[in-house]
Amino acid sequence: MDEKKQQQYGEYVKQVTPTHSLPLNMLKAFIVGGIICVIGQFILNFCEGRGMEKDICGAWTSLILILVSIILTGFNIYPSIAKFGGAGALVPITGFANSVAAPAIEFKKEGQVFGVGCKIFTIAGPVILYGIFTSWLLGLIYYLLQWTGVIS
Amino acid sequence: MTQMVGKQSLQFEHAPHILGHASIVGKKEGEGPLGHLFDVVGEDALFGEKTWEAAESYLQKQAGEMAIGKAGLESWQIRYIFSGDLLAQGVATSFGLVDLNIPLFGLYGACSTIGEALSLGAMTVAADYADYVISMASSHFGSAEKEFRFPLQYAGQRPLSACWTVTGCGAFVLGKDGGKVRITGITTGKIVDYGIKDSLNMGACMAPAACDTIYQNFMDFNRQPSDYDRIFTGDLGNVGKTILLDLLKEKGFDISSQHSDCGIEIYDAERQDTHNGGSGCGCAAVTLSAYIMRQLEKKAWKRVMLVPTGALLSKVSYNEGNTVPGIAQAVVLESC
Repeated sequence: MDEKKQQQYGEYVKQVTPTHSLPLNMLKAFIVGGIICVIGQFILNFCEGRGMEKDICGAWTSLILILVSIILTGFNIYPSIAKFGGAGALVPITGFANSVAAPAIEFKKEGQVFGVGCKIFTIAGPVILYGIFTSWLLGLIYYLLQWTGVIS
Repeated sequence: MTQMVGKQSLQFEHAPHILGHASIVGKKEGEGPLGHLFDVVGEDALFGEKTWEAAESYLQKQAGEMAIGKAGLESWQIRYIFSGDLLAQGVATSFGLVDLNIPLFGLYGACSTIGEALSLGAMTVAADYADYVISMASSHFGSAEKEFRFPLQYAGQRPLSACWTVTGCGAFVLGKDGGKVRITGITTGKIVDYGIKDSLNMGACMAPAACDTIYQNFMDFNRQPSDYDRIFTGDLGNVGKTILLDLLKEKGFDISSQHSDCGIEIYDAERQDTHNGGSGCGCAAVTLSAYIMRQLEKKAWKRVMLVPTGALLSKVSYNEGNTVPGIAQAVVLESC
């Protein structure tokens, strides 16, 4: 089949394939993502109110959100939240926690080494790799700018 | 006398009969519109096993044994099994059927496997290579998601064009005579590639293949859509159905009053949140056994074309940027 016909078919398929409504999805993502952040803020304020240092408060907030997400993943509740909230549930730290916990549960049956060990980061792996790589790159640029005297 | 007709079809001089058939499905399928028609509905997705793969193997074993029993036979009387599934290296088939101790041809035709299994089984019986054979195919939602997509608990949003893999297995014992339904002909499909790369829109990947095979069936047998009471595709879903009807109209055939799709029939898309419809090897297999066969057996329908459709992709081919070609295998079933 030549490329032109393939292209025509591709365009036709686009027309007949239903898609989620983007504005509605954005609204739901805003609400769900917002609620998760409000919960985080609540934990942070609570910790600060108890007189903890700011760094420690932040760490507690992340830890509690991660724990809650993993427990909800284990009980198969988090996928329903993401089904409704889309990126609103995926982008916060809770989504990242889910993407690590889900393979751990699924691949446990393949053993601790080749199952959980090898596959726990199948989804989160790229985020970790390119996250670290990007921060290294930015660090290098920062160093070079300092070295050349552009910033002091 | 030759039994070849046209370019891609066979018309059997002594059409093999379906002597017994069985279907076993998971809980979700049991809650669908065809739920009351299946032989066995599991209480959970694991069927008492520890892994999804073992559960799918269990489905194969149960369906096979049930179909042989319903045909009034013992497993030693079956000469060959033609069976397949969706898993890498076909492990659901090999671990499921090991205890049956019957010579096996393991197949892979993606979701078209039951069409391939019935075609090869019918050819074998019609050619006098066997008195009895069994044709079967299975799929499992859990094992298929793991094989092709994400872990089950991963939180994502499925597009509306995505299908829901059927947990189930259908098995059919074929023999020379004695059944109420026969396989009078087959049309074997070609690999058809229209260049679609979206593995979450498999209806669009497979509809051109279904169109090709159905059109070829009309040509080879010199038939019109009205010569069939029903034309069932395997798992095109709503998107694929729309495309198939359009593509066939372009070729001069209107099958809108005959066409149904197993993937649309098996779930209530709204209530069960299955989006485009059911898919997987089990989809066409269990729908054929539970629903289509019954209609043929009570002669509500006289002649039906079943066209299971398969999307030929693997995780590797998809990641390497390949297209998703389709294939469709037509089997002509008639009541007798």
